[in-house]
Amino acid sequence: MADGLDLSALESWIREFARLVADRRDELTELDSAIGDADHGANMDRGMSAVVTALEATPPTDPAALLKQVGMTLVSKVGGASGPLYGTLFLRMAGVAGDGTLDAETWARALRAGLDGVVARGKAEPGDKTMVDALGPACDALDAAVAEGASLGEALRRSAAAAAQGRDGTVPMLARKGRASYLGERSVGHQDPGATSATLLVDAAVTALAPAGG
Amino acid sequence: MKKLINDPSHVVADALRGMALAHPELRVDHDKRIVVRSDAPVQGKVGLVSGGGSGHEPMHAGFVGLGMLDAACPGEVFTSPVPDQIVAATQAVDGGAGVLHIVKNYTGDVMNFEMAAELVAAESGTEVVPVVIDDDVAVQDSLYTAGRRGVGVTVLAEKIAGAAAEQGRPLAEVADVARRVDTNGRSMGMALTSCTVPAAGHPTFELPEGEMEIGIGIHGEPGRRRVPVAPAREVAEMLVEPILADLDFASGEGVIAFVNGMGGTPLIELYVMYAEVAAILEKSGVPIARNLVGSYITSLEMAGCSVTLLKADDELLRLWDAPVRTPALRWGV
Repeated sequence: MADGLDLSALESWIREFARLVADRRDELTELDSAIGDADHGANMDRGMSAVVTALEATPPTDPAALLKQVGMTLVSKVGGASGPLYGTLFLRMAGVAGDGTLDAETWARALRAGLDGVVARGKAEPGDKTMVDALGPACDALDAAVAEGASLGEALRRSAAAAAQGRDGTVPMLARKGRASYLGERSVGHQDPGATSATLLVDAAVTALAPAGG
Repeated sequence: MKKLINDPSHVVADALRGMALAHPELRVDHDKRIVVRSDAPVQGKVGLVSGGGSGHEPMHAGFVGLGMLDAACPGEVFTSPVPDQIVAATQAVDGGAGVLHIVKNYTGDVMNFEMAAELVAAESGTEVVPVVIDDDVAVQDSLYTAGRRGVGVTVLAEKIAGAAAEQGRPLAEVADVARRVDTNGRSMGMALTSCTVPAAGHPTFELPEGEMEIGIGIHGEPGRRRVPVAPAREVAEMLVEPILADLDFASGEGVIAFVNGMGGTPLIELYVMYAEVAAILEKSGVPIARNLVGSYITSLEMAGCSVTLLKADDELLRLWDAPVRTPALRWGV
């Protein structure tokens, strides 16, 4: 494939994310039951199933339209905190994506815009034990890879590795946002469910967009 | 799990069907999932919209009607409503004087109401003012948390702001009344048992026989500490003392004292608790001007209670006394 993400590649990414969320639904819920309210897996799965249904019912015609549709569907189906947060992430990405193929640099800018949207909506800072702790490192790794002129596939792999490291880094953190924050010290020692699902989002890009050797 | 339900995933929809049949004076839109006062929009009146996860009944749909809410948006059990619901409710109650959103301080609720307000602003000229309720003294340090949770004061704010709106006051004044209730109200809750979310099928947390959780939230969020079960007199002290320590209630013109059941506690126990709360307040020099005893903001079948005190003044008491006609609160009409 060309070193860029076209509409069909982005669709594969969304479908792969939906598949991963469905696959890992119980794990996400289990993590959430330790420090939240035990609904993250169910809510994300309900939302991403609705996203896939909507893709089939009304196929979008360009990347921006695809990302907007995903964002709007999540906002109107999920509720809780993850609906507005993931919804905002995709809606902000749509604002950068445009109607053509995304190269590594555009992808990095789009994901960064998504992260900025999440931060603006949820007011979380790095280290608060949230999805920002996975997405932030993923964006930083992408920017670095782009600056070095890495291929798209390489950039995506590095960002996925950084997200996973960020996710693991949430274990010792003290939660300062969301329901987990009520636990105070008792939130320490648990992996954040939001950082876990955000890592799946970045992982899905590697699988769907960067076939071996990409 | 033993529950009177058909299917865990249909609980909210099925309950709304029953509510619509039991209360023909309300308009229930099952597609948009909103409950609206039947004469809405009332021209020239500020509209009051609230909402949140289901499982806290009668809050919020049970407070829709004359002198209280114009519309409620029930989400899934313990999950905030989505922006579409809030937008639909806001449009349904917009009588030209603007709409007040009463939002409990939970991350999801705040974000969904915020997105709804942005959508309303983009689509129409309706003025929306949000007031966030955060009265739970069990959450101590708001610098390092999502902040205090919205609990019992929500009921009082909806009643009192609803009365102000019914008098035809402008949006800024109605919002100011709601904020004053939040600023002058504090709550603290406790649980004797956990609750079971229908979709989860098992208790939200483990609470051994012989222990209780002091400072519990209305979704089973943990409180300040877990202690052995004690007589009502001591439980009342554990709830009232942190409230009195947080705000000077003795300097006002009395309080509205609200003893609330969490869903699984019988009224006889709530009266036992009210007697103890009243005794502590008398000893502390805090006169009770009005009271409310019953289960109004619940947590499914959780056994336990919460105490809410609102430092009142003449105006807030007049608004409290004003007529209200809703499924759950009804007087003066």
